[in-house]
Amino acid sequence: MNRDTRRTRLLLALLLVTSVALITVDYRGGDSSPLSGLRWLAATVFGPIEQATSSIASPISSAVDNISHLGNGKDRINSLTRQNQELRRRLRTSQLDRNRAAELDKLLRTAGAGRYRVLPAQVIAVGPAQSFSWTVTIDAGSQDGITPDMTVLNGDGLVGRVKTVGPTTATVLLVVDPESAVGVRLEATMQVGITSGQGISDHSRLSMQLLDSQSDVKPGDRVVTFGSQGDSPYVPGVPVGVVTSVQGSPGSLTRTASVDPYVDFTSLDLVAVVVQPPRHNPRDSVLPPRPSPSSSPSPSGTASGTPSNRKHRSPPSTASGG
Amino acid sequence: MPTSRIAVAIALVVLALVVQVSLLTRLALPGATPDLLLLVVVALALAHGPGFGLVTGFAAGLASDLAPPADHTIGRWAFVLTLIGYGAGLAKGETRRSAFVPLLVVAVAAAASVLLYAGLGALISDPHVSWPRVYQLLPTAVIYDVVLGPFVVSAVLLLVRRFEPDPAYRR
Repeated sequence: MNRDTRRTRLLLALLLVTSVALITVDYRGGDSSPLSGLRWLAATVFGPIEQATSSIASPISSAVDNISHLGNGKDRINSLTRQNQELRRRLRTSQLDRNRAAELDKLLRTAGAGRYRVLPAQVIAVGPAQSFSWTVTIDAGSQDGITPDMTVLNGDGLVGRVKTVGPTTATVLLVVDPESAVGVRLEATMQVGITSGQGISDHSRLSMQLLDSQSDVKPGDRVVTFGSQGDSPYVPGVPVGVVTSVQGSPGSLTRTASVDPYVDFTSLDLVAVVVQPPRHNPRDSVLPPRPSPSSSPSPSGTASGTPSNRKHRSPPSTASGG
Repeated sequence: MPTSRIAVAIALVVLALVVQVSLLTRLALPGATPDLLLLVVVALALAHGPGFGLVTGFAAGLASDLAPPADHTIGRWAFVLTLIGYGAGLAKGETRRSAFVPLLVVAVAAAASVLLYAGLGALISDPHVSWPRVYQLLPTAVIYDVVLGPFVVSAVLLLVRRFEPDPAYRR
């Protein structure tokens, strides 16, 4: 096998043909691909190893994350000062555990406000940029009751949906993935649209297509999920982001807007999978309080899903995102 | 073929793949992700030649296609890394001539992997592949791999010689 012999070339041809055959079978199969059993097998093997690696690696990656988020000039001095204080505090308590606790707290508040039943999970692996798809692996799988097409959120808002499930891990398709389409609604005005992902590197925006070309949308409008049929893959009322710019004038054939997502997809850590959708559409109650002095804090509750006293309409059941 | 050679290759591929998705991608470096798996495939191909290189490439690519969080069409990385393992293996004889040969092989392999993978995606009209993004990823992919390359390749070569029962391999 050391030299480039005829046998080697035959082997090369054989393996290349095998690869093409795999691509063809998997591509034609789509979501019900006969090769999905192989993914399950790989998740069974690699899932636990990724979990172990991630638990070793997370202090390293969070340290590097701190360094790479430093600004320039004055910002840099400020952030270094802040980092200095941070480091001093870290001497006394483990910062990582505190961060986790704070994140979990925020997550439970979001889930409580929307009355979703959630299962917290940790991101253990992220897909490489060269694969061009925006997916992450979480450390909860079918053994924890996760099934495909469940909504995934974190303390800031919508993260994505569960795409494939392994025994102890699940792969989440992020909303910034070009394959991802989410039915959304503008806060208060009730206008409906569909966001699609644009990847993270290009200004990290979602593009929103409004269904009504006459709709009056302006920068600053806030966007929540509309809710899919049967609350799968997206439950209603999860905060998605803020409209930053609008293309096309009212009355033109289509109106699209750029939406800046609430979630920072480059530093995902703790997320929650909605295992039970809310009984009532929470509307805008999960949105963070408006950043004005007269704003009132968002209502908070428990994650257990008690029926609310407010009169709600039944959740809309037509739009689907998928 | 000695079993120790296969065992070392499997261990290195699994380690590289897991470190890549659980650590390197989470650093959120600007542009591409340092492709540790590609470097391991190139290093093993440089150590053992084109035949071993292409089989390692196929296995590593298939693992990369299947291991979570992979979501793309199965077989794409397998195709790309088979070709790269074979190509890098052809340069095996040249590595003793100059220290720059492995570096050149790594640079070419990094660029070729991004282009081939995107090209395969374009063939099956993958919505994820946009050529501006490909060209934007290309320079950082090559830079990261060339910077990491010497360390990974020499570490793998050391390991290979350490576990190689065939004395002809030891220098």
